Amino acid sequence: MPLIADTTACVGAGQCALVAEDLFDQDDDGIVEVLERDPAPEQEADARRAVALCPAHALRLDP
Amino acid sequence: MLVSSRPDRDGPAGAHRADVLIVGASLAGLSTAEALRAEGFSGSIALLGEEGDPPYGRPPLSKQVLEGTWEPDRAALRTAEDVRALDLELLTARALGLDVRCGTVCTTAGTWRYGRLVIATGARAVRPADMTGAERVMVLRTLEDAVRLRAALAESRTVAVLGSGVLASEIASAARGAGRRVVLLGRSGRLGIGSPGLCLHDRLSELHRRHGVTLRLAAPVRGMAPDGRAGMRIVLDRGEELRSDLVVAALGAVPATEWLHGSGLDLTDGVLCDAQGRAAPGIFAVGDVARWEDAARGPARRIGHQSAAIDQARRVARTMCGHAPEPPPLPFFWSRIHGTGIQVYGDFPGEARLRPIEEDGDRAVLASMHARTGRVHGVVGWNAPKSFRRARQLVDRDRRPIARE
Ligand SMILES: Cc1cc2nc3c(=O)[nH]c(=O)nc-3n(C[C@H](O)[C@H](O)[C@H](O)COP(=O)(O)OP(=O)(O)OC[C@H]3O[C@@H](n4cnc5c(N)ncnc54)[C@H](O)[C@@H]3O)c2cc1C
Ligand code: SF4
Repeated sequence: MPLIADTTACVGAGQCALVAEDLFDQDDDGIVEVLERDPAPEQEADARRAVALCPAHALRLDP
Repeated sequence: MLVSSRPDRDGPAGAHRADVLIVGASLAGLSTAEALRAEGFSGSIALLGEEGDPPYGRPPLSKQVLEGTWEPDRAALRTAEDVRALDLELLTARALGLDVRCGTVCTTAGTWRYGRLVIATGARAVRPADMTGAERVMVLRTLEDAVRLRAALAESRTVAVLGSGVLASEIASAARGAGRRVVLLGRSGRLGIGSPGLCLHDRLSELHRRHGVTLRLAAPVRGMAPDGRAGMRIVLDRGEELRSDLVVAALGAVPATEWLHGSGLDLTDGVLCDAQGRAAPGIFAVGDVARWEDAARGPARRIGHQSAAIDQARRVARTMCGHAPEPPPLPFFWSRIHGTGIQVYGDFPGEARLRPIEEDGDRAVLASMHARTGRVHGVVGWNAPKSFRRARQLVDRDRRPIARE
């Protein structure tokens, strides 16, 4: 399940890195960096939460 | 997508019914519905909100929407399709009263009987009290407020922002970004920002000054009067007067509990709940309207951040589905003021000092540290998201073996 971030939409809230710190980091401007493009099955729940939490809808977990 | 009241569903008792009735269709309410479905709840859900718009998020209102970089509809929390997939009844109506004994909520769309009730009515902006001209003062809480304020900003040369909290700072920042002359009028002499309170006053004031905001932080407003077509005259202490094309009040928010008066629930500064969000048997409260107990962290309090609303929604859904409680997370919020990203995580107790643990030009990480034990209670990232992420781990590390101190 590829985890995709739209860095042009990201507003740098850091909500994603908070709930899934193994999956996301932020660069020095706060813009999201995806650390794990293919989350392991046990990381999927965290990935889904991050997608739901992102205030900019900048994250997607494709089927 | 919006379904209005459906009289055909009126049962013999003249009431609609939902296994779970959620009142308040914004972040906390919608998140509760989503979490219930994610936990596998298959009963009927009705989500009732008074704002006609599809559920939207508020954080962008004072940032991207006000700055004009986002069209208002981008603040929507979910697509119509996402909401449809939740298989719920989304109603535009206002709750008027709760009868705990009968298990009913009286609304502008008839009476609803619930199996379980979730109170998610959030908070409303405080307006300046009884002053002439106060009706010209704008506030910012809803999408409609944001659109109106954005239009007013475009037509004003001077803007006065009343308040000294994070929202006042964000509005001042957006107004400066639009090139307006901005004065921030506070009462207490200091600027605050969420849970770290006044600890960031120096940094914040410096940031505002650098971006050309005039700070009058000990200037209580004594009166106001309309001046010209849209402007205002503001009277300060000792008769000093100030003219502004636009006045915006950011004086805080009060929990929207008026519809619960007389219900018997404890409504002192929000709906009082236990540590699982229970206000009474079968009745829960989540988000800005709720005041949850959290024994480890002091008296029950309202939090008022997006992440708390989402987390409480998840916990309530878990409790309703019979899952074991989880330990509460620490508060987290972020803000963006004059382009500086501020992230805050953890607690900021009065006795702990806030000091920089990293500093490099205009980037810094500050930690709230216990003077004697050095325990880290909370951290603030100031334009430093990467370092903030690392510093957060100090809070998590020190959180576990408490009991001492
Ligand atoms: C301008 C602004 C900027 C913000 N920025 C940030 C930020 O950067 N980061 C952050 O973490 N938090 C931020 N917040 C706070 C965050 O938006 C709130 O914590 C969040 O909105 C809480 O969600 P809620 O659903 O509990 O309440 P609300 O969002 O207030 O929603 C409650 C809903 O219930 C409805 N309602 C009220 N009474 C009734 C009734 N009787 N019947 C039916 N419906 C009713 C209301 O109309 C509203 O739609 C900001 C808030 C504002 C106003
Ligand atoms: S939560 Fe969304 S907006 Fe915030 S940093 Fe992550 S991707 Fe960006």
